[in-house]
Amino acid sequence: MNRLAPVAAVLAAGLLLWYLGCIGLNANGVIERVLSDHPGWTAKDLILACWSMERPVLPAPHQVAIDLWTSLVDWPLDSPRNLLFHAAVTAQSTLVGFVLGGLFGVLLAAAIVHSRTLDRALLPWIVASQTVPVLAIAPIVLVILGSLGFSGVAPKAAIAMYLCFFPVTVAMVQGLRSPQRIETELLHTYAASRLQAFWMLRLPAALPFLFPSLRVAVAAGLVGAMVAELPTGAQAGLGARLLTASYYGNTVGIWSALVLSALLGLTLTAAVGALERIVMRRRRAG
Amino acid sequence: MELAFLGQNKLTIRLGSHPRSAFMSVSELAVSVRRASVVYSAADAPVHALQEVDLAIAPGEFVSLIGPSGCGKTTLLRVIADLEPISAGAVQVNGMSPRDARLARAYGYVFQAPALFPWRDVLSNVMLPLQIQGRSAAECKAVALEHLARVGLTGFERKYPWQLSGGMQQRVSIARALGFEPKLLMMDEPFGALDEITRDRLNEQLQQLWQRERRTVVFVTHSIAEAVYLSTRIVVMSPRPGRIVKDIRSPLPEARHLGLRDTPEFMAVAHELREALGHGRDE
Repeated sequence: MNRLAPVAAVLAAGLLLWYLGCIGLNANGVIERVLSDHPGWTAKDLILACWSMERPVLPAPHQVAIDLWTSLVDWPLDSPRNLLFHAAVTAQSTLVGFVLGGLFGVLLAAAIVHSRTLDRALLPWIVASQTVPVLAIAPIVLVILGSLGFSGVAPKAAIAMYLCFFPVTVAMVQGLRSPQRIETELLHTYAASRLQAFWMLRLPAALPFLFPSLRVAVAAGLVGAMVAELPTGAQAGLGARLLTASYYGNTVGIWSALVLSALLGLTLTAAVGALERIVMRRRRAG
Repeated sequence: MELAFLGQNKLTIRLGSHPRSAFMSVSELAVSVRRASVVYSAADAPVHALQEVDLAIAPGEFVSLIGPSGCGKTTLLRVIADLEPISAGAVQVNGMSPRDARLARAYGYVFQAPALFPWRDVLSNVMLPLQIQGRSAAECKAVALEHLARVGLTGFERKYPWQLSGGMQQRVSIARALGFEPKLLMMDEPFGALDEITRDRLNEQLQQLWQRERRTVVFVTHSIAEAVYLSTRIVVMSPRPGRIVKDIRSPLPEARHLGLRDTPEFMAVAHELREALGHGRDE
C-alpha cells in the first residue's frame, strides 16, 4: 500500500491535468464545429463537449480507454481492428530483435574483452553506429532486406536488434572486465583455460551488469520495431496503427495505440525484471 | 618392512643436525630458488623487489617467510607460484619450472582475501578447482564435502559467502586449496585480516592439518608469534633490496599446541626472530 500510494497520487494528478488540457486544447474546435449549432451554450456544455468531441486535438482519457476497450472486446484477436493483434505483431519483432541483439551484444563484448585489437578496432564503430538516427537507417535496411527477399518479421527484428545490442555490449564489456585481480589469479593458479575462466568467472561476474542493460535494450528494441513499421506501409503492428490513425486524423486511435505501446513496453521491461529476479535470487552484494 | 623402517630412521638422525634440504638434489626438493632476482622498472631507479635470493625447501617442511612490508616475501611466494616472472636466476617447483608446476596443478594457493565467488555457495566454491580439472560431478562433491569437514564447516555447504564470518570464509578458501590434494600449499598472509582470537583458532587448525598430512607449506606472515608457532623453519627477509637475512630452524617439537607459546623455548625463538628482523632493518 505504501508503495502504491505515491504512484496513485501522481496518476490522479496526471489525469486531472489531462482533463484540464482537453478543455484548453479542444475549446476552439468545439466552439467552431460543435456549439455553432447550439446558440446559448453554457460553460458546462463547453466542458462536456470538449471531453467527448470526435477527432479532438487531445482526446480525454476515458475516450482513449473506451476506444481501447471496444477494440479489444468487440473484435476477434486476429482482426486488424483489434489492437492486441497489432501489439502481438510488434511484440514479436521486438522479442526476436531483442534476443538476437542481446546474443550479438554479449558475443561482441566477449570478443572485445579477449582481444586488444578488437577492442581498439570495434569499439569506436560500435559507438558511431548509435549516432546514426534509427529513422534514417530503418528505410535503408528495409529496402536492402526486402530486395534480398526478407519481409515480415526479419527486417523489423533487424532494426530492433540494431538498437538492442548497443547497451548490452557496453555493459557486458564492463561486466566481463569486472572480476578483480585476485579472482583472475586464483583461476590462474588452477591453470584454468580462457574458456573456463569465461564461464566460471567472467560471465557470472558480468550478470549484475547484464540485466539493467537488457531492460534498456528491450525498451529500445520496441522503439526500433515500431519505427520499422512506419515506412513499410505495413498493415500490422502498433507503428503501422499509429501511422494510419494519424493519416486519417483519428486522434483517439493514435492515443490508444500509444497507450498500448507504453503498456507493451512496461510488460517487456517487467518480464526482463522477472527473469533477473529468478537468475539472481541467490545473489547478494558483499 | 624392516629395511624401510631403517631407512626412515636414518633420515631422522640426519634431520637433527642438518637441514634436510641440504642433502637433496634439485629434483627432490619441493621448492628450489637459486640466485633469483625480481626487478621492476620505475621512473627514477629500478626497484629490486628480490635480489639474488637462494632458498631450498624440502618436502614436508612448514616454512614461514617473515619480514617488514616491501621485503619481497609476497613477491617470492608469487614467483614460486608463477604469478610473477623472475628477472634473473632459476626457480624450480617439484623439479619443474613454476609454469609447468602450475599447469600440472602441483600447488594450492591461499590469498590474503578469501576470494570466494559470491554467486557460488560454499560447496560449489570448494568444488571450483576440481571442476576446472574436469573431474566428475559426484567426485567433486564428495571431495569438497570431505575437505569442508576437515576445516570444520560441515553443515555450511549451502550457505553463501556473505552469510559467513571472515574466519569461516578463509577456512572455505583453505578447503578449496586443499581439495585437489596439492603437494605444496602456499599461503599469503591468509589470516592477516582476521581478529586475534579467530587467528589463534585457525593457526591451531592449520597446525593440526599439517600434522595430519605433512604437506609442504610456504607461509607468508608478518606476525612473529604466528611464524614461530606454525613453522619448522622461518626465513627472515629484509627490504631494499628484498633479500633473505636469516634462515632459522625451529628447535620446537613438531607436535604443537597453543600453550607452547608461553614456554621459554618459544620465547627464545621469538627473540631470535625479533633480533634478526631488527638486524635486517639496521643494515
